[in-house]
Amino acid sequence: MFRTALRNVFAHKARLLMTVLAVMLGVAFVSGTLVFADTLSNAFRNQSAKSYDDVAVAVTSYADPDNPEEAPGLSAGDLGRIAAVDGVAGVYGRVEGFAGVADPDGKLIGVGWSNKGSNFAPGEDGKDPAYTFTEGSGPVRDGQIALDEESAAKGEYEVGDRVRVATNGPVKEYTLSGVFTTEDGAVNAGGSLVLFDTAVAQKQYLRQGYFEDATVVAAPGADDAKILAAVEPLLPDSAEAQTGTALADEQADQIEQGMGNLKQVLLGFAGIALFVGVFLISNTFTMLVAQRTKEVALMRAVGASRRQITRSVLAEAAVVGLVASAVGFALGVGLAVGLRSGMAAFDMKMPDGPLVLSATPVVAAFAVGVLITVFAAWLPGRRAAKIPPVAAMNSLHAVATTKSLVLRNSVGAAVTALGAAGIVAGASSGGDEGRMYIGAGAFLALVGVIILIPLLSRPVIALVRPLLVGPFGVAGKLAGQNAVRNPRRTGATASALAIGLTLVTGLSVLGVTVGTAIDKMTTDNIKADYMVSMANGGDLDRSALTALEKAEGVSAVSPQQDVYLQTGDDYVSASGVTPGDIERVLNVDVVSGDAGTLAEGQIAVAEKTARSKGWKPGDRIPFTFADEKKATLTVGAVYKDSEFLSPVLVDTAVVDGHEAKPYIRQIFVKTDGGQTAANEQVLVDALGDNPAITVMDRQDIRDEFGGAINTLLNVMYGLLAMALIIAVLGVVNTLAMSVFERQQEIGMLRAIGLDRRRVKRMVRLEAVVISVFGAVVGIGLGTFLGWAVGETVAEEIPGYALVLPWDRIGIFVVLAGLVGVLAALWPARNAARLNMLTAIKAE
Amino acid sequence: MTTAPLADRTTAVAARATELSKIYGQGETRVVALDRVSVGFRQAEFTAIMGPSGSGKSTLMHCVAGLDTFSSGSVRIGDTELGALKDKQLTRLRRDKIGFIFQAFNLLPTLNALENITLPMDIAGRKPDKEWLDTVIRMVGLADRLGHRPAQLSGGQQQRVAVARALASRPEIVFGDEPTGNLDSRSGAEVLGFLRNSVRELGQTVVMVTHDPVAAAYADRVVFLADGRIVDELYGPTADSVLDRMKRFDAKGRTS
Repeated sequence: MFRTALRNVFAHKARLLMTVLAVMLGVAFVSGTLVFADTLSNAFRNQSAKSYDDVAVAVTSYADPDNPEEAPGLSAGDLGRIAAVDGVAGVYGRVEGFAGVADPDGKLIGVGWSNKGSNFAPGEDGKDPAYTFTEGSGPVRDGQIALDEESAAKGEYEVGDRVRVATNGPVKEYTLSGVFTTEDGAVNAGGSLVLFDTAVAQKQYLRQGYFEDATVVAAPGADDAKILAAVEPLLPDSAEAQTGTALADEQADQIEQGMGNLKQVLLGFAGIALFVGVFLISNTFTMLVAQRTKEVALMRAVGASRRQITRSVLAEAAVVGLVASAVGFALGVGLAVGLRSGMAAFDMKMPDGPLVLSATPVVAAFAVGVLITVFAAWLPGRRAAKIPPVAAMNSLHAVATTKSLVLRNSVGAAVTALGAAGIVAGASSGGDEGRMYIGAGAFLALVGVIILIPLLSRPVIALVRPLLVGPFGVAGKLAGQNAVRNPRRTGATASALAIGLTLVTGLSVLGVTVGTAIDKMTTDNIKADYMVSMANGGDLDRSALTALEKAEGVSAVSPQQDVYLQTGDDYVSASGVTPGDIERVLNVDVVSGDAGTLAEGQIAVAEKTARSKGWKPGDRIPFTFADEKKATLTVGAVYKDSEFLSPVLVDTAVVDGHEAKPYIRQIFVKTDGGQTAANEQVLVDALGDNPAITVMDRQDIRDEFGGAINTLLNVMYGLLAMALIIAVLGVVNTLAMSVFERQQEIGMLRAIGLDRRRVKRMVRLEAVVISVFGAVVGIGLGTFLGWAVGETVAEEIPGYALVLPWDRIGIFVVLAGLVGVLAALWPARNAARLNMLTAIKAE
Repeated sequence: MTTAPLADRTTAVAARATELSKIYGQGETRVVALDRVSVGFRQAEFTAIMGPSGSGKSTLMHCVAGLDTFSSGSVRIGDTELGALKDKQLTRLRRDKIGFIFQAFNLLPTLNALENITLPMDIAGRKPDKEWLDTVIRMVGLADRLGHRPAQLSGGQQQRVAVARALASRPEIVFGDEPTGNLDSRSGAEVLGFLRNSVRELGQTVVMVTHDPVAAAYADRVVFLADGRIVDELYGPTADSVLDRMKRFDAKGRTS
């Protein structure tokens, strides 16, 4: 039987092509993901191993630098004691923090969050083993810095040039003493690294004379573990030590974990693509079996058992799956390589490393490819086994296409109803639990709709038929009827598209709705013209606030300064603000009391917090500050909760004396004359043209908060594209089948005068009808799901209101139509070129 | 050439093939399907083309009907020379001037009987001539079956729909390719009766390929083909006279 299966595969090469393509793409996605993740983790692992290569033992201090009663880190004395340990060749103390470098145009070099500053720690030989200087030498006094090679190149800086560097204080100018290469993670991630003289870095990031970390380098032949054992007792209580190898492993594990998450997301999308592929494969095998009815019946007549017939079909599927998997795997490896170079081209720095081909992706590729194909062919295989031997004798064995769909429809309706009920229940209960219901309901609803789709196809397509007949005449009329001739096949084809579009639409509805809500929230709540913050998301220096307060044309300035306040045993999240100005830069919607009391040292409380604590204006509440000092503050006002306001507001003047260092997250600024280029320049100048500080206007603020959603949506669209491509292949497949089955009919139509152009149009319109039908079903379900998930987050987003992205939905429908046109290209050409005489010849 | 002279028949010619040849392949595999055939089909005449399989009778019909291309010679439908036409023009010619009845797969399963009948007019974007349509439908006796789909009709009824379709657009000439090949004798006789009536009563021109002497007997004239040539012609045939001629060719073929 296997030989028969093999022969069949070769005999139907062309018709299996789409199946092979679908499986291939799915497998390529899976294996590409796995190979890419393996290669990348390996590269990261190698890199972290390399960066800790010289490190025998790493010491880290966890001391609280803001606590004046204890040492803020490792002292020079601690380092000296470690250096004296047997087998230690050198100890290098480190402090680090944020440092942004300006390019000659004053713009920040590198991405904000990974721009780092550290100290140059020369050993006795005057060298720091962590850095290899390619030009010049390390900074040894105040006013000197060294820069990593890439950042220096980006800023076109040469040794001796003056470079402007900003830490969280005001920007300063330094002389470039040298350029180095390093294995440092931040630099490898595309950030910049500035090296200061040790004393400067200590003052800047910690305290004179203290280090956060220390790396211990062993003498040749010394044992790391022994050194660790000897070092540990020497350390202050707040510090811990680890061997370099252990640290590298720890880091590698973290990377592995991060990679694992990425892998799971990608595999999820690959799964969707494969799921869509199942419909295509199943369609193909159903057709192959139908065409082979006589052949199968003959085999049954000469003694083949039902099981043998099924097995022969499955074997055929396995061969197809195997071939497709092999090609798909090769494609996947190519994809992994391409992805890496693609990322490099987009300036995303990835460590170099060899391509890693482990056994897992190979096994996964073949297992997935073969199993999916065999699984999809299982039902057609069973159907083949049911062909009675007598079918071989009938000259005209009608292919059963319109078998009763009653059972199927009842099951489908029940499953869909159950799913819809789950979704509605989830939407009304909300929260994580609600979302779980929705997830389960969504799956059931999708399955139900897939089961129901053949039933839906007739009335839905009947609705659009007048649209086809009007402008397209007889070709449109025939196309509309052809589209519903085989409801199962049309259904399976449309399902593939519907699944993709359900997800795309659901995400779009949700994304656009949430995006709009956030945008509205931003525009409603922010009255300021500008928001000032650090590029790395860190805290702004007090000097920035002072500078802005003094800047010309500034009418209101208020910081959002994180403040430590404790009442009873509870810590309350509070913000230090500027009284009088805060209401002018942010929307403070006072419900009771008077916000003006902030200026008198009273506090303002958000409604929910006030309710839960039982506070009302006039209440006197005892608080503890960061420095353990106590005070009683009066509640002066209660305001409506807002995403932009902490639950408690207080005058910065009240708390400043109690905080070691103010933690200013943002500063909001309102200017005379509003948002103008000149005003923005005034602010930038007032801040000392600091590359590390970003000044955002209203649009920037909206993009900052809402933009991430758009980026996320685009990434999702990209990942779902694979599922859509496979769905398109499904449409091609179905049309090719239809054209093949209707050769005689098409031949007759050509004979009685339908020209080639209209034959093409007929096939094309059929494709468009099926595609748009699938799209409409998907869009409907997707919108429903988007609404349901949105309901569960509505609570958490004030001002939430469902927004249907009609523009996007319109685009999806048009795209689905284009997909139809595209998918019909080849089948339509075939239909038009059909040899009339062979086609109309009687069987 | 044994073709009988046509001069004594004065009516106009609906279609004519002159020195028509159709050759497949080259060199060793060269097959001559039609060998310089000249034949005319007069208006309002029912012609049957007969011959053993492989004689070229179907090829002749396909070439004259504009379904197939030919190697040399000329074919005219009315005043139109087919050899000069491109596919698009040929398609339009078939649509407007020719009716077809095939052996099988004649009807579109998705359309009902009436829609199938008016399909050629639909394709042409023309409104059917209501009166004529009624006449044709009445003639083939389908008035009460118009809303049925082909699957709900018997083979004979389906072929009657096909006949009605071929006649409904008032073509200059109707071609039938073994139109009774798949029918039982009673249904076959009905269909042939309709074709003959269309010639007698409506003045239609019909050309039919068949291998059945009984079917051929319905025609006014039988043209016999063998080895791609016209070998004989018979007017006012009966089943017996056709059979006689057929036997003669067979005998000749064997002796020569």
